[in-house]
Amino acid sequence: MTEAEVDDRIRALIEPFNKKGVEIAEGTTFANDLEFDSLTVMDFVAEIEDEFDVIISMNQQAEIETYGQLVSAVHKLQDS
Amino acid sequence: MNDIATPVATPSGDLLSKFDQLIQTRETLLASGIEDPFSLVMEKVLSPTKAICNGRETILLGTYNYMGMTFDPDVLDAGKQALADFGAGTTGSRVLNGTYQGHKECEDALREFYDMDHAMVFSTGYQANLGIISTIAGKGDYIVLDIDSHASIYDGCAMGRAEVVPFKHNDIEAMEKRLRRIPEGAGKLVVLEGVYSMLGDVAPLKEMVAIAKKYGAMVLVDEAHSMGFIGENGRGVCEEQGVIDDVDFIIGTFSKSVGTVGGFCVSNHPKFDIMRLVCRPYVFTASLPPSVVATAATSIRKLRHGANKRAHLWENSKRLHQGLTDLGFQLGTSEPQSAIVAVIMPDLERGAMMWEGLLKEGLYVNLARPPATPANMTLLRCSLCAEHSAEEVEAVLGMFERAGKAVGVID
Repeated sequence: MTEAEVDDRIRALIEPFNKKGVEIAEGTTFANDLEFDSLTVMDFVAEIEDEFDVIISMNQQAEIETYGQLVSAVHKLQDS
Repeated sequence: MNDIATPVATPSGDLLSKFDQLIQTRETLLASGIEDPFSLVMEKVLSPTKAICNGRETILLGTYNYMGMTFDPDVLDAGKQALADFGAGTTGSRVLNGTYQGHKECEDALREFYDMDHAMVFSTGYQANLGIISTIAGKGDYIVLDIDSHASIYDGCAMGRAEVVPFKHNDIEAMEKRLRRIPEGAGKLVVLEGVYSMLGDVAPLKEMVAIAKKYGAMVLVDEAHSMGFIGENGRGVCEEQGVIDDVDFIIGTFSKSVGTVGGFCVSNHPKFDIMRLVCRPYVFTASLPPSVVATAATSIRKLRHGANKRAHLWENSKRLHQGLTDLGFQLGTSEPQSAIVAVIMPDLERGAMMWEGLLKEGLYVNLARPPATPANMTLLRCSLCAEHSAEEVEAVLGMFERAGKAVGVID
């Protein structure tokens, strides 16, 4: 899967979590811009893990702050 | 904590400024005139179920003292004798000068209680989880754990630097999916709790342990909130659900049913004893005082024969659960599953008001709030004791009714 395809799929997954309709860009942050709390993070991560059949450990989650970082991390994970 | 009331200008570079928001929340709460839920002082303890708190005689319904062993005469005698014979403390690590006869006897009592080959006593329950988890699961290994796991479990994971993979609370399918995705050949540890202390609900260990084994994972179960009264011999939820033989490590504590302080791990693993040399939270701290291990050993031996107390504890839990349900409170579980009954509050403000209302009625419960709670809930957590009389439980229900109506949590 190309990074653009990963982007498309994650963009669709994020929709129901993006309650305020924030515009999603590379640099959009989950904590500040999207205001995800720990529960939302857990549900959102679970959706992505199921969609791409990957594991995003808490250690990896801690390194991911922006939307762009997430797309590139998932792209790398599902390639490996 | 009086200094919090005086705001001071924060100098740049103050490492404590990261707590400003929390300080603000706390000040706002206290400014409304509420007694500080986190600064309660017990001036006198009258029994396992009664104390003088902030000058008032108070029924204790939030102490995890499930079996009421804190004032058991045999337990107290054993402690006094050890204090006189062996002194106030060991001043040393278990692997140097800190292993006394009493520590060995305490580990013997645990091995017999659990019918297991090995037992290792730590200075606290927190250190037992911290030590065992961080030592057995290291960099490159995977830990699959319930998202609602206790802080000591998370801290053990972080200290060992394993990959941490949480799954939705008590969700068997979510757990299996994550186990399935772990790379071939990686070390796997599944960490579960018998009873989850926030809502008092029990884990489906039978199914979960079987799945963990199917994927070749080792299993650690924290039975802190079940020892002494769940399972035929009081060994916990894994005994009750018939999977104790498939569990690799059981973690427990002396600070709940046993009635003192300390933690432990029991296991049948043939190499378990090496833990004593490689587990840092075991090695680099002083061992428990002789009086504490003597009280623990005596208490553990008595817990084995506590069938009547167990039965009464369950009666108390069922009565409180039913009574609170009838009054219209929302509880953490629809059926009583343990000795914890969690009352869900609509928000922190009313939770704190209700907590204070109960305290003024003469009742102590735990106020649990985010981030320690699941789903950001505010809870009034009640833990029952085998020494609560039936009359005390009725009195407690009356207090909940009055305080609940005054605060507007029930109609």
